[in-house]
Amino acid sequence: MDFSGFLVQLLNGLASASSLFLVAAGLSLIFGVTRIVNFAHGSFYMVGVYIAYTLVSIWSGALGFWVSLLLAALVVGVLGALTEIFLLRRIYKAPELFQLLATFALVLVIKDATLWIWGPEELLGPRAPGLSGAVEILGRRFPAYDLFLVAVGPVVLGLLWLLLTRTRWGVLVRAASHDRGMVAALGVNQAWLFTAVFALGAFLAGLGGALQLPREPANLEMDLHIIGAAFVVVVVGGMGSIPGAYVAALIIAEIKAICIWLGVVDIAGVEVSFSKLTLVVEFLVMALVLVLRPWGLFGRPQPLSRHTSHAEEPFRLGKGNQALLWGLLLFLILLALPWYSSESPYTVVLAIDLLIAALFATSLHFIMGPAGLHSFGHAAYFGLGAYAAAILLTKVSLPMEVSLLLAPLVAVIGAIVFGWFAVRLSGVYLAMLTLAFAQIAWAIVYQWDSFTGGSNGLIGVWPAAWLSAKPAYYVMTLVLVAASLWALRRMLFAPFGYAMRAGRDSFVRADAIGIDVKRVHWVAFIIAGAFAGLAGSLFAFSKGSVSPESLFVTKSVDGLVMVLLGGVQTLAGPIVGAVSFTWLHDMVARNTEYWRAVLGGVILLLVLLFPQGIAGYFRIAFDRVRRVKGASS
Amino acid sequence: MATITSAQGVIKIGEVNSYKAQPAFLEPYRMGMELAVDQINQSGGLLGKQVELIRRDDNANPGDAVRVAEELVSRDQVDLLTGTFLSHIGLALTDFAKQKQVFFLASEPLTNKITWDNGNRYTFRLRPSTYMQVAMLVPEAVAMNKKRWALVYPNYEYGQSAAATFKALMKAAQPDIEFVDEQATPLGKVDAGSVVQALADAKPDAIFNVLFGADLGKFVREGNTRGLFEGREVVSLLTGEPEYLDPLKNEAPNGWLVTGYPWYGINTPEHDAFLKAYQQKFNDYPRLGSVVGYATIMSLAEGVKKAGNTNTEDMIQAFRGLELMSPFGPIRYRPEDHQSTMGGYVGKTKNVDGKGVMVDYRYVDGASVLPSAQEVQKLRPAQANK
Repeated sequence: MDFSGFLVQLLNGLASASSLFLVAAGLSLIFGVTRIVNFAHGSFYMVGVYIAYTLVSIWSGALGFWVSLLLAALVVGVLGALTEIFLLRRIYKAPELFQLLATFALVLVIKDATLWIWGPEELLGPRAPGLSGAVEILGRRFPAYDLFLVAVGPVVLGLLWLLLTRTRWGVLVRAASHDRGMVAALGVNQAWLFTAVFALGAFLAGLGGALQLPREPANLEMDLHIIGAAFVVVVVGGMGSIPGAYVAALIIAEIKAICIWLGVVDIAGVEVSFSKLTLVVEFLVMALVLVLRPWGLFGRPQPLSRHTSHAEEPFRLGKGNQALLWGLLLFLILLALPWYSSESPYTVVLAIDLLIAALFATSLHFIMGPAGLHSFGHAAYFGLGAYAAAILLTKVSLPMEVSLLLAPLVAVIGAIVFGWFAVRLSGVYLAMLTLAFAQIAWAIVYQWDSFTGGSNGLIGVWPAAWLSAKPAYYVMTLVLVAASLWALRRMLFAPFGYAMRAGRDSFVRADAIGIDVKRVHWVAFIIAGAFAGLAGSLFAFSKGSVSPESLFVTKSVDGLVMVLLGGVQTLAGPIVGAVSFTWLHDMVARNTEYWRAVLGGVILLLVLLFPQGIAGYFRIAFDRVRRVKGASS
Repeated sequence: MATITSAQGVIKIGEVNSYKAQPAFLEPYRMGMELAVDQINQSGGLLGKQVELIRRDDNANPGDAVRVAEELVSRDQVDLLTGTFLSHIGLALTDFAKQKQVFFLASEPLTNKITWDNGNRYTFRLRPSTYMQVAMLVPEAVAMNKKRWALVYPNYEYGQSAAATFKALMKAAQPDIEFVDEQATPLGKVDAGSVVQALADAKPDAIFNVLFGADLGKFVREGNTRGLFEGREVVSLLTGEPEYLDPLKNEAPNGWLVTGYPWYGINTPEHDAFLKAYQQKFNDYPRLGSVVGYATIMSLAEGVKKAGNTNTEDMIQAFRGLELMSPFGPIRYRPEDHQSTMGGYVGKTKNVDGKGVMVDYRYVDGASVLPSAQEVQKLRPAQANK
C-alpha cells in the first residue's frame, strides 16, 4: 500500500465512474421530465452491450468498432422511443408510480428475449482497436481504454450541459422537469417531448453499455447489477441534476476503489476486510447523504406534482358494513378449503403462499396508498420477521408458537429506526432511503455467517408438531392473515387513518389543524413493519428455511408490483394484486420454458387494460353502474 | 410420508433447478439429464417402468424452491427428488427432504454443509464439494513452492469457504506461507481494474482465484492488460470447465492450474460412449453440466435397480455404498457421509489459437481428497448415519 498505488486506484475509480454516469444521466433525465421510475433502464444498458457485440462481430476493423458502439446506442435509443410511444404514453394518466409496473414487466420480457436471441453463454467482445494495450503510469500498466473512458464522462457531461442550457429543446426539458402542467398549458406538444427525452435517456444507457464491451462480457445479469447503482447515483446527486449524477458516480466509484486498495487491514488486532464493504458501499453512501441532505447533493426540493390523474376519493365505509359481511363469507369459504381440496394437496401449499403474499402487500399498501409513503425497501421488515423467527427457534430455542408471534417485534424495531429517518423525506427520496436501509440490512444478514448463516441462510425452521400438516398450518395462517387484514382496514377507517391521508394530501393544512404528520406517518410505518414482519415469520415456518432473498430488493419490488397491479386506490387492491401475481407466477413457471417473458407479457397486458389496477378498474366500473342506477331511479 | 410408487408403470423423478438464473451451466445440464432418461427408456426403463423427468424452475429463490418441491411431491407424486445448483437452495431442499422424509439427490450445489454440518439420512450428493475441489489443487499448489499468496473470491459462502479451505490446507502443508492480500468481490459485480491492481500491488508470488462466469471474464482481461499474471503462478477453481473457459476466447490464460473438464482429450471407454451419444443427440459438445446431469440420472437409475423399488428407506439403503460407472469412471456413494466419490480433472490451461484448453491433466478420484470416516463422523450429525 503506497501512495502511487493509491493514485492509480483513484484513476481506476474515474474509469468505472464513466459508464455509471452515462446510465444514471439517462435515468435522471427520464425521471426529471416524465416522473417515471424506469426499472427497464438497466435492461437498455444490457441490450446496448449485446447489440454492440453483434455489430462488432459483423464489422471488423477500427472504424467498424467505433461505429458499432455508436450504432448500438442509437438502436437502443430507438427501442426507448418505441417503448414510450406504444406503452408508457398510454398510462401517463394512471396513478403515480404505476408506470413502474410496466417497466418492471419490460425487464422480464427483455431478459428472456436476450436469452432467446443471444443464448446463455457470456459473450466477451474484442478489445478496442488502437486502445488494446496499456500505458505506463507511476510504474504500473494502466489500460489505454480506461484512459479513454476517463475522458468520456466529462465530455458527455459537457455535451449534455450544452444541450440542456443552449438549445430550445433543452429549455423545454428543464421547464418540463420543473412544472409539467405549465409547459402543457403553454402549448408545447408534451407527447413528443416525452418521447424525445425517453429516447435520449435510453441512448445514454445503451452507450454506457456499449462502452463496456471491451471491459466485460455481455451477460444476462447486467441489467439488475447496474440498475441499483444507477438509482443510487441519481438520488445521491440529486434528482434531475446531471452534474450531480457525475459527482455522485465519481464519489461512489472512488470509495469502492479505495476499499479495494485498503484490502484487509489490521485495526487494533482485528482483521477488517474493506473489500467486503464493496457489497453495499453505494447504499451506505446513499443512506448517509439522504439523512444529511434530504434532496441529494445537488438536488432541490421536488416541485409539487400536479397530478393529471383524477384526485382520489377518500375511503368510505359501505352501507351496513357490506364489506365486512362479504369478507366474513369469503373467510368461511377459505376456511373450508382443506376439506374440498383434499384431492389436490398442493392447493393448500399454494394458498399459504398466496395468503402470506396478500398480507405482505397489504402491509405495504397501508403506507403506500393512504400515507403516500412509497417504500422501496419493505422487504426489510418481511426479512427481519423471517430471520427473527428462525433465530428465536434455532438459536434461542424458544417454542415455535412463541417465536412466530415474537418475531414481528424485531421487524418493529427495524421499522422504528428506519422509519424515523425515512418519514422526514418524501417522494422518490423516501423510496430510495428505505431501499438503502433494506440493502444495508440485507448486506449484514448476508455477511454475518455465525449469526444469520450468511448467504446460505438458516435451515431447520419447521413448525410445531400440531402445525406440521399443511392443512393445519394453512388454517392458522388464514386466521392470522384475516385478523391482520381486518385490523389494518379498521385502522384506515379510524381517525388515525384519516389523519394519515390528510398528511399525504396536504401537509400544510394537516399541520395547521394540529396533526403531527411526521409522527402519524412514523407510527403508520411501524405498524406496516409489524405486519410485514408477521408475514415474514409465517413464511419462514411454511418453508422450513430463511435466506437473504427474503430482504433483498427483488422481494421489495415484488411487493410494489403486487400493490400496483391490484390498484393503489382501493383497499382490496393489494390482496387482488398479491393473489394474481403469485398465482400467475406459479402457473406460468410451471407451464412454459420462457416463463419470465410470459409473466412480463401478461403484466403488460394487464397494465394496458387496467391502468387503475385490477381492483381499481372494477371499483370504477362498479361506481359507474351505481351512478347510472341512481340517476335513473 | 413415504412416496407411493405410481401404479401407471412410470417412475417419476422430480427435479428442481435455477434454469433461468443460471442458464450457462444448466442448459447443458438439462441436456445431459435428457440424454440419460432417453437411454434408460430405450433400454426398457427401470424395473420394467418408463422414467419420467419433471423439471421445475425455482426462480433462484429457496422459498420458491421449497414450494415447487412440495408441488412435485404432493401433486405430481414424484418418487425421487433431485437437482439444485445454488448452495442455499441445495441446503433448503436438504432440510425439506429430512422433514418430509423424501429421498433427495443433490446434484450440483457445492457447499460442504450438505453432506457434513447439515447432512441427513435422506440427502446424497453427486458433485465434489467445495472442500474436495480445493483439495484436488493443493498438492500441485504446494509443489509450486511459492511463499507469498494473494486470494480473490466472490463474496458469498462458496467463495469464502473455498478461500478458507485453501488457506488451511496450504498452511498445513507449508507452514511458512504468507497471505499478502485478500479481495472479496460482490458476486457478478467485480471492479476488475481496481482488484487486479490491488493484487498486483501486494506483490504476491502466486494467486488463488475463485471467480467464475462474468467476473472471471472481467478479471482475466484486466489481468492480461495490466500484466498481473506475468511471472506469477495462478491456481484457479472451476476455470477449466468449458462453461467458464470457452467464453474467455483469446483471453484464455496460459499455465493456470485449474480444475475442469477437458472433454476433447479423455480417452476412456465410458467417456467415449457418453461423448458420442451426446454429440449425436444434440450436435454440440458436452460441458461439465452435461456430465453432472447425466451422472445424476444414472445414479438414481442404479439406486432404483439396487433397491428394487423407489421407497425412501430402500433407496437410502441402496445408495449407501452404491457403485456405478459415470462418464468419469467408477464412482461410489460413501455410506459415511453420503458424498459420491466423483472426482474431477486437474491440469494447466493453455491458449491454443485463441481458444482455451486444458493440457497436462489428470483425473483426481474424489475418494482421494475426502476425509476419513472417523474425521467425517465429527463433522456430521449423529442421526444422519442411522
